Amino acid sequence: MAGLHKSDFANPVINWVDSRLPIFTMMQKEYGVFPTPKNFNYFWNFGALAMVCLMIMMLTGIFLAMYYQPNADLAFGSVQHIMRDVNYGWLMRYVHQNGASMFFIVTYIHIFRGLYYGSYKAPRELLWMLGVIILILMMATAFMGYVLPWGQMSYWGATVITNLFSAFPVVGKYIVTLLWGGFSVDQPTLNRFFALHYLLPFVLVGVIFLHVAALHIVGSNNPLGIDVKSPQDTVPFHPYYTIKDSVGVCVFLMIWAAFVCFMPNFLGDANNFIPANPLQTPADIVPEWYFLPYYAILRSVPNKLLGVCMMFGSLLVLFILPWLDTSRVRSARFRPIYRVVIWLWVISFVVLGICGAHKPEGIWVILSRVATLYYFAHFLVILPILGKIERPLPLPESISNPVVARSGAIAALVAIVFGLAAMQPARAEMAEPKMPEQKWSFDGVFGTVDMASAQRGFKVYSEVCAACHGMKFLHYRDLAGIGLSPEQIKGIAAAVTVPQGLNDAGEPKEGQGTPANQFRSPFQNDLAARAGNNGALPPDLSLIVNAREHGADYIYALMVGFGDAPKDFKMQDGMSFNMYFPGHQIAMPQPLHDGQVTFIDGSPSNIAQQAKDVVTFLYWASNPEETERKALGVRVVLYLGFMACLTYALKRKVWAAIH
Amino acid sequence: MADPTAASTVDPHGGHPADPSKRDMLELMATAGAAILGAAIVWPLVSSMNPAKDVLALSSVEVDLTPIQAGQGIVVSWQGKPIFVRHRTPEEIKSAKDVKPSELGDPQTDAARVKAGHDQWLVLVGICTHLGCIPLGNKPADVRGEFGGYFCPCHGSQYDTSGRIRKGPAPTNLAVPPYAFESDSKIKIG
Repeated sequence: MAGLHKSDFANPVINWVDSRLPIFTMMQKEYGVFPTPKNFNYFWNFGALAMVCLMIMMLTGIFLAMYYQPNADLAFGSVQHIMRDVNYGWLMRYVHQNGASMFFIVTYIHIFRGLYYGSYKAPRELLWMLGVIILILMMATAFMGYVLPWGQMSYWGATVITNLFSAFPVVGKYIVTLLWGGFSVDQPTLNRFFALHYLLPFVLVGVIFLHVAALHIVGSNNPLGIDVKSPQDTVPFHPYYTIKDSVGVCVFLMIWAAFVCFMPNFLGDANNFIPANPLQTPADIVPEWYFLPYYAILRSVPNKLLGVCMMFGSLLVLFILPWLDTSRVRSARFRPIYRVVIWLWVISFVVLGICGAHKPEGIWVILSRVATLYYFAHFLVILPILGKIERPLPLPESISNPVVARSGAIAALVAIVFGLAAMQPARAEMAEPKMPEQKWSFDGVFGTVDMASAQRGFKVYSEVCAACHGMKFLHYRDLAGIGLSPEQIKGIAAAVTVPQGLNDAGEPKEGQGTPANQFRSPFQNDLAARAGNNGALPPDLSLIVNAREHGADYIYALMVGFGDAPKDFKMQDGMSFNMYFPGHQIAMPQPLHDGQVTFIDGSPSNIAQQAKDVVTFLYWASNPEETERKALGVRVVLYLGFMACLTYALKRKVWAAIH
Repeated sequence: MADPTAASTVDPHGGHPADPSKRDMLELMATAGAAILGAAIVWPLVSSMNPAKDVLALSSVEVDLTPIQAGQGIVVSWQGKPIFVRHRTPEEIKSAKDVKPSELGDPQTDAARVKAGHDQWLVLVGICTHLGCIPLGNKPADVRGEFGGYFCPCHGSQYDTSGRIRKGPAPTNLAVPPYAFESDSKIKIG
């Protein structure tokens, strides 16, 4: 049909545009008056929440990409540059990093909603299948994004996951070489993962558009799982669900902000604060929490190819779910047996997640096999049979005339969140002699780094640690963060001779340091450092607190844990005994001694005090944004809390006529 | 209460049993709150595009003046910009001083553009104020234009021996960077 679209908008400008390109009519139709079942519970928030996630991830990602360097030599440092130097860089990066977890939790709950209320059944099969594609694309994007910081977990995660493809007979190794662009994960791999990580979200946008378009053709499912029968069953999307979604968005952003500002690394792995090392795999290698269930399925099978197939199969089986479930009743509310088995399936998924976080030994192997078996049996055996034998409860006549009371959706939601949270604590339970837990100035929501202690700690670092350990991600100017004045910083920098490029004759030149200089490293390079230290490399201390489990407590324990080895303990030459070092033999001789450093403020210079101060300094060096971050967190959480209350009050007003 | 389903079929903003003024107020507050939230999300992102701390902290540059002969100039890099350091001949100084500021497009005396007692040293940001090209003229062999100073090859702006704009489309004189004499033969830029 040619000619102008007949637009109903009164505003002449909008009308002019709309007559030629009816986007306003479309928005009005799909998001304004769109008839939506009026009985949604808060589970129906999660699609909108996922959309918010994607938008925030893309926004922060684009700005992060302006500073990130997809180069094996520079990537790790460029992330530190973002964290330390770029305006609000730490905020963008932590939002993005935690955003991946937020995106997955929201998506998993969204998927659970679909499973519980039977949203995958006719006529929504294609809508569901598009959703599965979205999930798989999300996983690929998240995996490649996790590789970019180029830490130890990034590198070894990339190695392990790409090696999955080597399981396929004949073509496997060629696929892996193709993925890598070489014979190991290296520069070409990182560079292409960056390109794809930037690309895939846009592909996601396309598939999500189709997902939403399909939704607007067949219409939303609802908690009763019955079809809309009359206009009385629906309300216009705006304002009823725009406001209800807004409540959810505020609460969700509040949780996200709390993670970012108060525990930004809770969901991360300490090993990823260590730069990628192709010659050493970390002792504990675990994927991010949202991949743990699939990882557990992979490990539960003793055969490589079969394990890989099961892992991919656990996702692919979702594609045929609409045909595996033979029951015509959608909502679990009217399926007494399904309501039990779907929770058993959720439990099997959570158990798999917990298994994935533990080393595959003893009980965890058995548990993960049982859970894997149930995961597949649910789809392939239980659902096809259940539809035939289950006697569903009588369905209500219409949405306007429900016979059943609301179920405890929120309670169920809370149960899932806690279930997923239970996956986390597993990690490392090594520490044979229990490390004494210290009280730190920076503990808790309001704790901030004690500047006086950090300044004393800097003195300990300069006079003791700096003989062997560099801190290459720090600059002298950064010392303003522990309260040193510009004059003090200038003085400290001027006392150091630093390389200053080349002179006019092209020879290396040295000169007095300035506040802009990096901390000078004690050794020219890693080889020189090893040569000077019995073959052991003294690690860089810029990120050492974040790079160790229980960072501050562990390093403090290490500092005070030196002593004589027990009589029956066999020591190697040149090593020292340390109670808290894994294996108890450490190449570093006892660094701190009573009276070794003189503190200007008259603090006692015993080992305990020196250790406490130097750990405080190192904690600050790892997290220089901490004070600013927590202060921002308090304000943001309060504001979003206020907004949640406000939107909830408005939501009650809007819905007053319906309820 | 009226028929509860009525609201779904009529204009959602009209005919509510609840107090309409209270709802309007809440709506206004929520909209304003959302706008603030949006701004609070955009602000850090835009702000991140400004120079990072390492760029702001770019160290100053010291220049040794001894090797520069009268009539010659060198270029050093400061904040990524070319800095012209020119050793002016007595004739060049004289021609710069003899111009009446009132004759100039961007009136400025020569004395205001050099350091007192160091008349022979002209230090300029070597970027044409028109559209950012680097003018010729720092080297004696370069084209220096009608006024013996600098000539921009891009659009023909001509500067005199004090770096002041004399002819062409450039609106202002070549900028003088912040610098100081550490000794008679050494300056520190920045």
